[in-house]
Amino acid sequence: MQVVADVIAQFTGAERRGAFFIALATALLGLAMAVTGNGDSFGAHGALVLAASIITIFCLIRSFDKPEPSSERLQSYYDEPTKAGIVLAMAWAVLGLFVGDWVAWLLVYPDLTFDAAWASFGRIRPVHTTGVIFGFGGNALIATSFYVLQRTTRARLPDQLSPWFVLWGYNLFCVIAVTGYLMGVTQSKEYAEPEWYADIWLVVVWVTYFAIYLRTLVRRKEPHIYVANWYYMAFILVVAILHIVNNLAVPISFGSAKSYSAFSGVQDAMTQWWYGHNAVAFFLTAGFLGMMYYYLPKRAGRPIYSYRMSIISFWGITFFYMWAGSHHLHYTALPQWVQSLGMTFSVMLLVPSWASAGNALLTLNGAWDKVRDDATLRFMMVAAVFYGLSTFEGSFMAIRSVNSLSHYTDWTIGHVHAGALGWVAMITFGAIYASVPWLWKTRGMYSARLVEAHFWLAVAGTVIYVFAMWNSGIIQGLMWRTYTEGGTLAYTFTDSLVAMRPYYMARAIGGLFFLIGALIGCYNIWMTIRMARVSATNTAADLQDAPVAALQPGE
Amino acid sequence: MPDHDTAVWLSKSYGLVYLVALSLGVLLYVYWPANRKRFDQAAESIIRYEDRPWR
Amino acid sequence: MFGFHYRLERKAIGLVLAIIGVASIGGAVEIAPLFTIHQTVEDAPDMRVYTPLELAGRNIYIREGCYACHSQMIRTLRDEVERYGPYSLAVESKYDHPMLWGSKRTGPDLARIGEKYSDDWHVAHMNNPRNVVKESVMPAYAWLARTELRTDDLPNHLKAMRAVGVPYSDAMIANAAADAYGQAAPDSPFAEGVAERYGGATTVRAFDGDPGKLTEMDALVAYLQILGRLTNAAQKPVASAEK
Repeated sequence: MQVVADVIAQFTGAERRGAFFIALATALLGLAMAVTGNGDSFGAHGALVLAASIITIFCLIRSFDKPEPSSERLQSYYDEPTKAGIVLAMAWAVLGLFVGDWVAWLLVYPDLTFDAAWASFGRIRPVHTTGVIFGFGGNALIATSFYVLQRTTRARLPDQLSPWFVLWGYNLFCVIAVTGYLMGVTQSKEYAEPEWYADIWLVVVWVTYFAIYLRTLVRRKEPHIYVANWYYMAFILVVAILHIVNNLAVPISFGSAKSYSAFSGVQDAMTQWWYGHNAVAFFLTAGFLGMMYYYLPKRAGRPIYSYRMSIISFWGITFFYMWAGSHHLHYTALPQWVQSLGMTFSVMLLVPSWASAGNALLTLNGAWDKVRDDATLRFMMVAAVFYGLSTFEGSFMAIRSVNSLSHYTDWTIGHVHAGALGWVAMITFGAIYASVPWLWKTRGMYSARLVEAHFWLAVAGTVIYVFAMWNSGIIQGLMWRTYTEGGTLAYTFTDSLVAMRPYYMARAIGGLFFLIGALIGCYNIWMTIRMARVSATNTAADLQDAPVAALQPGE
Repeated sequence: MPDHDTAVWLSKSYGLVYLVALSLGVLLYVYWPANRKRFDQAAESIIRYEDRPWR
Repeated sequence: MFGFHYRLERKAIGLVLAIIGVASIGGAVEIAPLFTIHQTVEDAPDMRVYTPLELAGRNIYIREGCYACHSQMIRTLRDEVERYGPYSLAVESKYDHPMLWGSKRTGPDLARIGEKYSDDWHVAHMNNPRNVVKESVMPAYAWLARTELRTDDLPNHLKAMRAVGVPYSDAMIANAAADAYGQAAPDSPFAEGVAERYGGATTVRAFDGDPGKLTEMDALVAYLQILGRLTNAAQKPVASAEK
């Protein structure tokens, strides 16, 4: 609570009033939803919005009369939203990974559903995917983008209210999404499951986010925009385009959560995988490349190996990726010319992808001693390696003949997790471990050994997971297409299912390793924040008692 | 109403021109000699002291 | 100072526009023609729309996330055709808003599951899959048979479907709730209207085995039993491919 009060105390009078009116407006919106959607999940979500808004209003009122901050605040970057974003990202990581491991165990022990609707695989799987992609990944992107944006432009965020609105609104979206799945609210579009009202809300949040970016950029010092911002911008812009187009739908009424997609059949499939694959490209790749292009050189203490290559890769990724989505639909009812385009561009995509991965690794050339000693930098190094591996694998799997085997199998799941655990999560943990001491102004993390432990658990978990899924996927694919000498299918579907069991168990164990690693990370970050607080109080006490402080050695 | 043939024709003509022009544009921008200093500066800039806003 | 600022702003906006321009091409070229090129979706004059009960069942299928483990898209590969039936045509999901082609087969493909198993089998399977297939890893959906189906908002569902292009008639919309009830209660007075509005071939049965009560199990089984049977187009793929 004290933290919230401190944040509000930093607000100017206008910002406090602005926050109050926004919270009031969302409270009214929540109330309207609760009334019109009475008896529907829509109404439950209205109540949720109302509750979140009322809590916010309550916090605002409690600190409304605090003195306004001095203009001294403009002398430093505004990092409070970044701090909150990092804490939120870690909380979502634990939730998302926990649920992920739970659903993994469900495939081993399918009766763990307690005869309850909310606990079945189909409802909690999207809680996992949304929790890790949007909860963990999204919060990490928002938090680090604010940090990187300010440092690279050397400009403070344009105001103090809009970053909080983005963070608050974005997390409200995530909460609406995951609670919705448990109640059975979903559009069924993978990675775009939230229903129409959540989608509209996200557009509002996203426009604000984009405006922050633009308003900060125009106040920058250097005419040139550092390349990390290009990637963050592409992430914000293209995700907006994808989100709006793919989620076009007609609700059955303004008091119901249910809607029907504007597209159907083959057009819907193409739109969905244009979205789905580019969510991978611009949410899980471009955004995190932005992160990498800042934190990796910074932590290694060396400029990026080739700045020019980073620009060429940028345009390559931005252009090529948008064509690749149709490789999710090989041999389906999608016209063949679209499939061929998707395959061609997916293969070409390897060039800018490997240029990025190579650029990262070559930056470390000459700093390998640091990689050896510093688990934080090693997180980023391994991330770049997994980025290279999974982009190669992705291009390979997009080839029609390979895809005929890999599609619909666990191989896809293995591929996704090589990218998600190996690349996205590793670069994020690296960036978080790098920025926590910078943000909370401590000399380092609470425990370097715990970072080391997290690193090895994460690597082990990823490797176990990915190998288990490679095995199960390829076995599955081969069993489905194996013929007897008599020319009949050799295995029933059930045969292939039985063969999966040991791999499903191994996968769940790998996931557990990764989860434990993240829990250790949370503890370490928590202790670092506490350490910072204790030293801050000590310093304050020292200052009050000046003669004594003078005798003591400085912190 | 564009049909399949129109789409093929378009991609083989203007599509190709667009693709080549785009790549040329990016390469020219990246390797334009006058830009070199700016890129080197940008790459170095994040390593430098950046503890506070510039104004 | 104004000049410097202006230059910065122009550059940032330029970058924004360049990103949007470069990124939009791929989607535009691949998606837009799918709406305009006639050959994309085959003709199927015999194609019918989902009945209200089937649509409700489809929504339960979506709600429970069945698509996460079951595809509805048989690819043009020999082993798939032999395992699951004729490969899927685009027209078969013409009225699917959204499509449920899926991306993963933790369980088998369901594109042609309709009438392959009896209603009793499906009900038993839903109540506990392991009673029917010992090795199954599917969750049990026993509560479906205990939950009454909500029908009062079905007209709104059909109206929304019509708004996105599915040809539901005014009579279908007006009678949606009664038709949902009638399709699962063959001896009731409402049963006749279903055949009248959706065609004589429409299955009218007590899908969950109890004609007195309309449950979510009725709806889901009705939906599963129509999968792959809205049109016969796929059974003669050569003829329709020539068009």
